Amino acid sequence: MSVGPLDESLVRTLVPEVIGVLVRRGADFASAEDAVQEALVAALGAWTVERPRDPKGWLVTVAWRRHLDRVRSEVARRVREEREDAEPPTGPVSARDDTLRLYFLCAHPALTPASATALTLRAVGGLTTRQVAAAYLVPEATMAQRISRAKRTVSTVTLDTPGDLSTVLRVLYLVFTEGYGGEVDLAAEAIRLARQLASLTDEPEVRGLLALFLLTHARRPARLGAGGTLVPLAEQDRSLWTTGLVAEGVEILQSALARDRLGEYQCQAAVAALHADAPSVEETDWVQVVEWYDELVAITDSPVHRLNRAVAVGEADGARAGLAALDGLDPGLPRYDAVHAHLLERSGDLTAAAALYRRAADAATSVPERNHLLKQAARLR
Amino acid sequence: MAKYLLLKHYRGPKTSVNDVPMDQWTPEEVDAHIGYMDDFADRLRGSGEFVDGQALAPDGMWVRFDGEGRPPVVDGPFAETKDLIAGWMVVDVDTRERVVELAGELSAAPGAGGRPLGEWLEVRPFLDDRPNADG
Repeated sequence: MSVGPLDESLVRTLVPEVIGVLVRRGADFASAEDAVQEALVAALGAWTVERPRDPKGWLVTVAWRRHLDRVRSEVARRVREEREDAEPPTGPVSARDDTLRLYFLCAHPALTPASATALTLRAVGGLTTRQVAAAYLVPEATMAQRISRAKRTVSTVTLDTPGDLSTVLRVLYLVFTEGYGGEVDLAAEAIRLARQLASLTDEPEVRGLLALFLLTHARRPARLGAGGTLVPLAEQDRSLWTTGLVAEGVEILQSALARDRLGEYQCQAAVAALHADAPSVEETDWVQVVEWYDELVAITDSPVHRLNRAVAVGEADGARAGLAALDGLDPGLPRYDAVHAHLLERSGDLTAAAALYRRAADAATSVPERNHLLKQAARLR
Repeated sequence: MAKYLLLKHYRGPKTSVNDVPMDQWTPEEVDAHIGYMDDFADRLRGSGEFVDGQALAPDGMWVRFDGEGRPPVVDGPFAETKDLIAGWMVVDVDTRERVVELAGELSAAPGAGGRPLGEWLEVRPFLDDRPNADG
């Protein structure tokens, strides 16, 4: 963000809070967002001389004034007065609630996943449209349209509707898994937002998601080999894992599990924690990993989670048991062929495994994944 | 979101419904066709799904390496029978259904007599060059 004299991390923390205040005061979401952007531009000039003691209060004041300036036409005034009549009394509504509401708004079910992720990164994350566009490899004009359509969609949403936390978590998960390597590190951004969300609500699943992010992110230095080749979990140099992130992830997960309200992200984080705890793939507590997958499948009944469970069963009880765990799953599932190939290879059927690795490569959705699967096939030939 | 390449062919391996070559259209029919394509791209810009688009000249050649210290071999211009790519458009859409819908619309661009071309468009998903973050 080209904010010059403004401290980027400060600004990006304040933006969602200030938008939240304006929305609570009755501004529609799109206007609030525009007004805050204008206030930031004003801050660029004013704060060069001296930063105010209360930067947030300053931004709220200026943004609210800009907003009122804009709606001061005859028609708009009438609308505003009606809104003010309907406005809840300005009581002790905390900044916490304002920001939380903004998360809900940006992840509203009326939005497509692509719109919700873009809007969240822009309005809650405080990224510029150009940065969001770069992260998703589309032209800035295209992303600007996507964001402005999303803003229009949620502008009609009434704020009293209670938000659904699971949609917010899904949006953050999509941001995290989008990939990395571009100008904006989306995984790091997802972690930042999950941390902020965890400070706003003590729902165990939020902490479960944050723990999952941290434990997965910890493996990142080991995940890519020379020239960007993919290194699978079993072959990673575990000494490269970031121990600080592991420790933090485990601690957060434990605090979430202590609440005794299990959810899908806590289960996945528990699996990641068991990997993090193991010095090698052989020394992994696969029996416990399978147990966590059992919990996960019981909660989500997701075929993708069943597929991952089959891998763990293969490690815990042998390849034959793993192959049996594939029974009933649709072979058209993403990565089914790769998992099937892996289990066949371990059971000793190298010819069938090679053919399936080859087919999995054809169905891969990324270049590193395809190259990895091609090499798996080549290794067995 | 997923990115797809929509490939338009001058002479494709599959015949269009309205199979009259462009050089036999009236100027008005050519204008109507180009106008339709521009409108289509504009609508995609508006919906936040447009990534890139480019038309290609029919002229071209084959080139290949011919050994160290030797100039590359050039073969061309293209033979009359070659399948020729006329241009492409890249879109970023939520679903496979959406890209099928868009390709169907693009294929309906008017041709001779103002009737839809019904040309076959090649639709190819992108491979992401970034690994997923969940390995």
